[in-house]
Amino acid sequence: MHSTSALSFSQATSVPTTNYAFHSHCPLNLRFCGLTTQAFGFSFSTHSASTRLRLSTRAPGHSNKISASPGHNGTPPTSFDYDLIIIGAGVGGHGAALHAVEKGLKTAIIEGDVVGGTCVNRGCVPSKALLAVSGRMRELQSEHHMKALGLQVSAAGYDRQAVADHANNLASKIRSNLTNSMKALGVDILTGFGTIVGPQKVKYGKVGFTDTMVTAKDIIIATGSVPFVPKGIEVDGKTVITSDHALKLEFVPDWIAIVGSGYIGLEFSDVYTALGSEVTFIEALDQLMPGFDPEISKLAQRVLVNPRKIDYHTGVFATKITPARDGKPVIIELTDAKTKEHKDTLEVDAALIATGRAPFTNGLGLENISVVTQRGFVPVDERMRVIDANGNLVPHLYCIGDANGKMMLAHAASAQGISVVEQVTGKDHVLNHLSIPAACFTHPEISMVGLTEPQAREKAEKEGFEVSVAKTSFKANTKALAENESEGLAKLIYRPENGEILGVHIFGLHAADLIHEASNAITLGTRIQDIKFAVHAHPTLSEVLDELFKSAKVKAPASTSSSPVSDPVSA
Amino acid sequence: MASPLLSNTTISFSSSLSSSPLPRLFPSVSFSSIRFKSNPRRVLTVRSKIREIFMPALSSTMTEGKIVSWVKSEGDVLSKGESVVVVESDKADMDVETFYDGILAAIVVGEGETAPVGAAIGILAETEDEIAEAKAKAASKSGASTPYAPPPAPAAASTPAPPKSTPANAAPTVTEGPRKTVATPFAKKLAKQHKVDIESVVGTGPYGRITPEDIEAASGISPPKTNVGPTVVVEAKPAAPTKATVSSFAPSSLPPPVPGSTVVPFTTMQAAVSKNMVESLSVPAFRVGYPVTTDALDALYEKVKPKGVTMTALLAKAAAMALVQHPVVNSSCKDGKSFTYNSNINIAVAVAINGGLITPVLQDADKLDLYLLSQKWKELVEKARAKQLQPQEYNSGTFTLSNLGMFGVDRFDAILPPGQGAIMAVGASKPTVVADADGFFSVKNKMLVNVTADHRIIYGADLAAFLQTFSKIVENPESLTL
Repeated sequence: MHSTSALSFSQATSVPTTNYAFHSHCPLNLRFCGLTTQAFGFSFSTHSASTRLRLSTRAPGHSNKISASPGHNGTPPTSFDYDLIIIGAGVGGHGAALHAVEKGLKTAIIEGDVVGGTCVNRGCVPSKALLAVSGRMRELQSEHHMKALGLQVSAAGYDRQAVADHANNLASKIRSNLTNSMKALGVDILTGFGTIVGPQKVKYGKVGFTDTMVTAKDIIIATGSVPFVPKGIEVDGKTVITSDHALKLEFVPDWIAIVGSGYIGLEFSDVYTALGSEVTFIEALDQLMPGFDPEISKLAQRVLVNPRKIDYHTGVFATKITPARDGKPVIIELTDAKTKEHKDTLEVDAALIATGRAPFTNGLGLENISVVTQRGFVPVDERMRVIDANGNLVPHLYCIGDANGKMMLAHAASAQGISVVEQVTGKDHVLNHLSIPAACFTHPEISMVGLTEPQAREKAEKEGFEVSVAKTSFKANTKALAENESEGLAKLIYRPENGEILGVHIFGLHAADLIHEASNAITLGTRIQDIKFAVHAHPTLSEVLDELFKSAKVKAPASTSSSPVSDPVSA
Repeated sequence: MASPLLSNTTISFSSSLSSSPLPRLFPSVSFSSIRFKSNPRRVLTVRSKIREIFMPALSSTMTEGKIVSWVKSEGDVLSKGESVVVVESDKADMDVETFYDGILAAIVVGEGETAPVGAAIGILAETEDEIAEAKAKAASKSGASTPYAPPPAPAAASTPAPPKSTPANAAPTVTEGPRKTVATPFAKKLAKQHKVDIESVVGTGPYGRITPEDIEAASGISPPKTNVGPTVVVEAKPAAPTKATVSSFAPSSLPPPVPGSTVVPFTTMQAAVSKNMVESLSVPAFRVGYPVTTDALDALYEKVKPKGVTMTALLAKAAAMALVQHPVVNSSCKDGKSFTYNSNINIAVAVAINGGLITPVLQDADKLDLYLLSQKWKELVEKARAKQLQPQEYNSGTFTLSNLGMFGVDRFDAILPPGQGAIMAVGASKPTVVADADGFFSVKNKMLVNVTADHRIIYGADLAAFLQTFSKIVENPESLTL
């Protein structure tokens, strides 16, 4: 994907390049000014943005080497409207903008739609509102569960519109929070669709208005993604829908087919079954929840699928989906994924397409800087620097979030944005994607960080190390038992010889909140033999992880000196 | 649940010896040993190409198992090593894997139902052609109930489908031609549960589809009051005491329930305890008590405690060492006619766990040193809590130790577990005034030990001698650390 020559060059000069690259075509010069100008940048960073901008643009003048050439040859702009322009105000862009301001950069963010992007408006945020409802409905409907707690509840019902309003209100609230936080910090929010017109140059504008041209030292593409709809599927927004429509909850069908059993599909199955729908999963791979650790997906299927009003077809593609019309239901043609033969026809009330997301990179003007997308994704290196068609790095241009496809999660986008800002302010930074947790907010939740067991074993085989697995059950956790929610499993994949955590997978009550102890440990490089001594409040669900770490058998001694753990079962 | 997936098969010798490559590779003698080495969990029988899936025996005390869930549905294609069904034994939830490729043709015992060990719970067909034959077999297995409907799962549904409409790109004909049966996911589940032939049900739902209500009507059950009727409230009204308990069990000679009482059915583990306890009544047991001075043991415990040694490990080790000298106490009486001398000394230790009782086993307790034993014990307890004990880790005991001393209990007697010759009940060690032979008083820590034994094989003198040895070991515990 990227040529080795480009990489070796970038390593040598990475700090100055990302910092003060006034003329990108001549990177060698930059080495000289890097340090001096950097000192200016930081010393004035606490002053107003405009002052800083003036000073920093003047800075090259102090460098003998630079003063001769850049001011006069004219190709890329020598003075910039902004230090950093971010195209796309989703969670990734927002995270980057906030960090940029903290680092003293004059920052603008271009947004053609609403602030907040997919996550806030059509993704994680409104779906959490629906899942909050579904979780409670599920609990209230479970007579057995209520009885076990000694509670008596008469009929549980819901008002669809009120539920939909809750989701919508939450999205608006979070959206205004995001907008306000950026405004308050002095981030300029430029409205319109952003297009890259050349190095360090962007134009933006609304349809029908003249475009405005702005320049920036560095540009981050953070345009995100849209629901991916495979060909043959006709989305009408009413009976054949994507997550965008489903989150509005305009109707609750009696029977809905969900195409795709990843995070999105699984969460919606939780919502719809709690609200009374029956669900049919259609999954192209041979098993449901293919992205999860196999043991976790097996357990999840046992808890989240089998006892519910859900059936499923695996190893099939939905090759043709026709919306309900002319008195006919939604018709889904299933084709065998291997033989490509017609397999079955389903007739349902609605179909939700949750087959993943496609990058939203059309119209970005990538051709102006000779960048060719791969299946729509913007190619980047491990520092999120954009790679052009020839395999060279495009100076001053970065791409984060769903648009680069490295890890399509809101918080991953934000982390990538922060990593980029670190780089452009002079500190090299490479984000460890294996430390980024992921969660699926079903009831109970699923969360994970790092490698799955098969991935870890494959890696171990290649690199020749040993892998061990430790597991603990929620059934032994006091808090889980108190909540009468003791179905769950936590799984730790680690290297026994040095205690390195390779992956942690949790299925159980509040798994999404529990994962961070593990992801933080991976980020900070904390080893199991050390984290073992961390104390957990009792009784809490976090003790599941405490037990998990303690049950690991690590050969390396703890680096911290602590008193030996007292034996819990001395008779 | 989280236990490693275990599988094994017993291939019936009649037909498989010639066809299966296994016996050819291994002479028939070693064949059976292989079977045991890899856990005798899962039992399939080869009869032509249709195999029955039997309720596996997950522990020696297990006589029946409850199907927690079927991981696979009827019609699903199974490949070797995949888990098919989850069975709750008296000790743990276990995934049961298939040892053969094939198609799950029929489920004979549904989710939530129980079946005795060895009973067929499902039928595995090798190819689609044999599904019908397998179903017929399933029908005969499940009594007079109607044969199963064609499996709702897509894999097998395609088998009967083709004649109805030609596939390819003739999508409209599918909907307009002869109607195919359309049933909702829950309707299919209900049909399976109530053994309703879904093809015979007339759908009344939208577009003529079969709804859960249609299945309920067809099977003659009234629709359950799903979140409409506040059944819970009615039940709990104190004004209607006789309704307070749902009497789904035989009322016959049982005394009427006290108003306000609730009936909680046994978990499988509790049911196993109950069964074992009743069974123990058929064993002529007797008890011998012995006071043991523990000052030396207490001193030793203080010394080794920082190294992770527990009192449980110390007592287990002492008992094991005493058993070496008194093998009869480590024996058992299986048939009422003979002694079975056990070659290993495996000390089972009773542990209360989540409303149940389990006895993790310290295997070869006489051979392991104290530190290994302590470490082993810690692992076993953690596994027991996580419901991850493997059968050989709780059912291989030859002698049981039960200690209630930590609660301050001074003496108690234990009930003999089936299959074992003796069980030792240990009370608390307490300072006691003792008069020695010369009439001098002193204060010593004394602990009362009470052993229950099967008098068919272990006599009073045997126990007395055993206890004397045990007492000597405890009073001079240095040998424990060797």
